[in-house]
Amino acid sequence: MNNFVHKWGELRQGSQHITVFAGILFAITLLASLSNLLIPQDSFFHVSTYTIGLLGKYLCYAMLALSVDVIWGYCGILSLGHGAFFALGGYAMGMYLMRQIGERGVYGNAELPDFMVFLNWDSLPWYWLGMDQFWFAMLMALLVPGLLAFVFGWLAFRSRVTGVYLSIMTQALTYALMLAFFRNEMGFGGNNGLTDFRELLGFNLRADSSRVLLFAITALALALVYISSYFIMRSRFGRVLVSIRDSESRTRFLGYRTERYKVWLFVYSALIAGLAGALYVPQVGIINPGEFTPINSIEIVVWVAVGGRGTLYGAVVGAVLVSYAKTRFTALVPESWIFMLGALFVIVTVFLPKGIVGLLKQRVADPDSSAAFENPRQVLP
Amino acid sequence: MSLSARANEWRYQTGFRLAPQPDARIDVSHNVILYIEGVTVSFDGFKALNNLNLYINDGELRCLIGANGAGKTTLMDVVTGKTPCDAGQVYFGQTINLLEHDEAAIAQLGIGRKFQKPTIFDAHTVFDNLELSLKVNKGVWHSLFASLTAEQADHIDEVLEIIGLKQQRRQLAGALSHGQKQWLEIGMLLVADPRLLLIDEPVAGMTAQETERTAELLISLAGKRTVVVVEHDMAFVRSIARTVTVLHQGSVLAEGTMDQIQNNPAVIEVYLGEER
Repeated sequence: MNNFVHKWGELRQGSQHITVFAGILFAITLLASLSNLLIPQDSFFHVSTYTIGLLGKYLCYAMLALSVDVIWGYCGILSLGHGAFFALGGYAMGMYLMRQIGERGVYGNAELPDFMVFLNWDSLPWYWLGMDQFWFAMLMALLVPGLLAFVFGWLAFRSRVTGVYLSIMTQALTYALMLAFFRNEMGFGGNNGLTDFRELLGFNLRADSSRVLLFAITALALALVYISSYFIMRSRFGRVLVSIRDSESRTRFLGYRTERYKVWLFVYSALIAGLAGALYVPQVGIINPGEFTPINSIEIVVWVAVGGRGTLYGAVVGAVLVSYAKTRFTALVPESWIFMLGALFVIVTVFLPKGIVGLLKQRVADPDSSAAFENPRQVLP
Repeated sequence: MSLSARANEWRYQTGFRLAPQPDARIDVSHNVILYIEGVTVSFDGFKALNNLNLYINDGELRCLIGANGAGKTTLMDVVTGKTPCDAGQVYFGQTINLLEHDEAAIAQLGIGRKFQKPTIFDAHTVFDNLELSLKVNKGVWHSLFASLTAEQADHIDEVLEIIGLKQQRRQLAGALSHGQKQWLEIGMLLVADPRLLLIDEPVAGMTAQETERTAELLISLAGKRTVVVVEHDMAFVRSIARTVTVLHQGSVLAEGTMDQIQNNPAVIEVYLGEER
């Protein structure tokens, strides 16, 4: 009976946690959107469309960070290739947007995107078929990353590849995809990627209202992904993941097929990354093979490490803060960013193993009383 | 109260509350639950197990002793599916070939294992450690939507009482003392309701009092369950064992009661030979 009382308390505590996160996100979204649409441009309180786009981009990054946090923070799978799933989702959206350009392209070909006309192709490759349908393109934005994650995860986890070997394989995966997408013959626009988008479901992508709408949809998607991840991580499934992280062989001896848990978690994570990529592309207006570069994937890991692993909100905080820093510093001293990123990673690893969130929690709460009631899934080895 | 009397009391408690569910898959019609025949395991030419034959009867409490490197832990690794063997057969009951199953399947068949070093999940509470060990469907989808039934919660409470960690149920397992961790791991075995328990050095690092309680518990478990204990502590082995098997260089050197073992010339030679 006691146990039920506790479970109920836990559940209520959980919904509080989600309410706070969703509330903050909703407030920021509403405030920024209204300030953009209603307040005149010369006012101090006006939020520019550029800023809206930037915020939307950060939220996509936050979602991407969340996808890495669920595998790394909760299950100890360090993926250094998550940018691949993000980029694949982005390419699916990009293909749809390319088809929407239609006759307005430079060559005025209703069927073929410009780069294909330029390459003297006379028909669409088979994998472009159906991409003019929004629902189909969105399905692909999830299905392709999900399927790749399933095949990769199934091969890797079934063979019990773990630790640094797995990280290197994920890195190789994204690198191989980058090289492939750079090739013009692949039919994804090669080096230049896909760009020059006009409209999405009939909305002009260059209009302020569409930008705000996209930003709001991204915020909503982030909230939904956050909530679903939260409940997955506190289910028994989530607790098995933490057990796998801390002692995989022990978990096997309890009768859990750990490789299946890892494969499905990896697929879930890839789906989030794909969704983030699909939302990202219409907001930045371009997708090119640069998204596959290993450094991009490493950056995601840095976001999560800076924010704090295994808390979900830590990943969101880390992604937004580091991306903001990147925006500022690449404007000031462009060449130095990569060094700062490296330094940040080293500093966080050495001095802040639990990230910013861990530091704040230590400062705010009295550690003894909170430790017992705190979500135990947040403790790292 | 004597050890056996207290064990009887335990048996009443644990047996009454935690009687194992009969499992039709396990055929013990010949009264033997574990057959290990001609098992050989070699690591880079070193034979950790060398043509080992061992039969464990259903419901018995068996102790395995032997010097370091005699193959005790390797034997447990083979039975639980962790280490493949080069030759031989391992059967659970008459019909189940354990060599065809992986670790998870073997655990689900009802073979529980306690490791030498307490391996519990530090980041989980004591309660969660037990919940994860319950004998339930361990599939991904089931875990995603699983919630604890009242019966399961009561079962966990009972085990918490038996292992004396009722007060610590909400504490993180990592914060327990060494002895408490050993007990938690035993609790994780109990809650899983296994048919065969393989226990590696259960009393290492325990106080005398904890050791005694462990002995009582293990004796009480035997009968309905089969218990195989690996232990170095001879006083402990003497207090619990009816049958002792001595392993030496990957094979069985001797088998019998503690008195027979201590007077066995082969055992004396090996042990005295080592001491010299």
